[in-house]
Amino acid sequence: MSVESFARADICAVAIAETFRGDGEILANPIGTIPMVGGRLARATFEPDLMMTDGEAALIANDEAFEWPDGKVLETWNPYRRMFDIVWSGRRHVIMSPTQIDRYGNMNFAAIGGDLAQPKVQLLGLRGAPGNTICHPTSYWVGNHNAKTFVDQVDVVCGIGYDRAAALGPVASRFHEIRRVVTNLCVIDFDTPDHRMRLRSVHPGVAVGEVVEATGFELVVPDEVPVSRLPTDEELRLLYEVIDPTNLRGKEVPD
Amino acid sequence: MADKRMSEDDVVARLRSGMTVGIGGWGSRRKPMSLVRAIVRSDLRDLTVVSYGGPDVGLLCASGKVRKLVFAFVSLDSIPLEPHFRKARQSGQVTTEEYDEGQFLLGLQAAAWRVPFLPTRVGLGSDVFRLDPSLRTVTSPYPGPDGGPGEELVAMPALELDAALVHYNRADERGNAAYLGPDPYFDDLMLEAAATGGRFLSAERIVPTAELAADGCRHSLKVSRLMVDGVVEAPNGAHPTSCVPDYERDEAFQKEYAGSAKSDEAWAEFSAAWLELPDEATYQQKVAAR
Repeated sequence: MSVESFARADICAVAIAETFRGDGEILANPIGTIPMVGGRLARATFEPDLMMTDGEAALIANDEAFEWPDGKVLETWNPYRRMFDIVWSGRRHVIMSPTQIDRYGNMNFAAIGGDLAQPKVQLLGLRGAPGNTICHPTSYWVGNHNAKTFVDQVDVVCGIGYDRAAALGPVASRFHEIRRVVTNLCVIDFDTPDHRMRLRSVHPGVAVGEVVEATGFELVVPDEVPVSRLPTDEELRLLYEVIDPTNLRGKEVPD
Repeated sequence: MADKRMSEDDVVARLRSGMTVGIGGWGSRRKPMSLVRAIVRSDLRDLTVVSYGGPDVGLLCASGKVRKLVFAFVSLDSIPLEPHFRKARQSGQVTTEEYDEGQFLLGLQAAAWRVPFLPTRVGLGSDVFRLDPSLRTVTSPYPGPDGGPGEELVAMPALELDAALVHYNRADERGNAAYLGPDPYFDDLMLEAAATGGRFLSAERIVPTAELAADGCRHSLKVSRLMVDGVVEAPNGAHPTSCVPDYERDEAFQKEYAGSAKSDEAWAEFSAAWLELPDEATYQQKVAAR
């Protein structure tokens, strides 16, 4: 397989994998289709010590992301009760998907509009976002980069951003890290003096202006914006033959 | 020797309107649905429901049984957003106390241990404080990590329950119980967080004590009779939620249930077909005949 044949979804998976680089022996807990593919890809290549879930109550060694026709290889039992032990120990890096996110990485997937007693649109609820973001590294995945998701102010702060963590001081900031936001268009980090979002790279074929247009606040844009890393031949082989052979990732982000 | 066996309706007869009721399971998994259906059939109202929510929450909201909901999420798993719960929230029909999933666990644990709160970092900086203005912080009496003042942490209050309802795979008639699926969820904590006299457990099968560990191993014996006041034999009692390895979720039924949130007519139709029935046995006969 040649590198000419990669799809946008493959680029996204590689960008997700890159968020786990350097994490070592922790629980990589990417939630969602492309995040799960990207996490598996990181472990199958440059981060072999990561642990990953089967989506239920086990951590498994399999490289396949969604189906395990030859059975799961269980490394350990991990019911929700033990999941919180891992979260609070800090040995985890989660990827969640925001409904809204602001420039400092404050994130909402609980509810939109109206007021707290009667939201216009009720979504998931807080889930584990407050605990995740204050206890261990968090990254975000946005499958459809647009100005309704990247907003000036989120309606409910579920996951806390850098401004709120800084305001609280060390009690919050000592374990807080929002590492990346990977989208269908680009990769964003917070490597600025006050941890505002910065455009880190754009995916092949995406113009910087397109990202700026689709972001509802002023994004820090460096003079030179590199192109997101392309998959290697080995990464493509893993993606197409092992991790996600039925190409669920392509359904989430079509070309 | 106490035989704690009773029917779903016996359990409901011991509950009162206005009570705080914890419901076990997680999302659309191993929910004590036969007990929930019995509540729907009853005159109970104004309940405060504490749940890692699934169709238990949706059904009780849609049936007008809930005054207040204490939750971290409500989901049908294969259908991520619970439509009846959304409707109740978006119409302002129920008041809420909303927490992080882990805070929720600490609240149950505090109640189980009979302490007023447990400290945690979880919730700091988030809108948990806006969602629950009564939530307080507590300053550690010990030095901070840098030797300075103690850290200011969230004081997660005990989630004390008047009653708890949970569903297990196997139980004996005295209230010892085993789960056989992959995850115990927080059912044992729900029972421990509830007042004596209000702790009810339904099970797929009631078996002799000597057979309790037969299908699993000793680690599956998660609940002891010290924490249980009533046992209900409820085969298929978690329907339509999953109760593996006994059965998977009934996805077709769940879809129909979710669809009934579309309109008042759709709900009336669903309610007439599946809720306004004389008893659980009739419900199960209808499910079997589908």
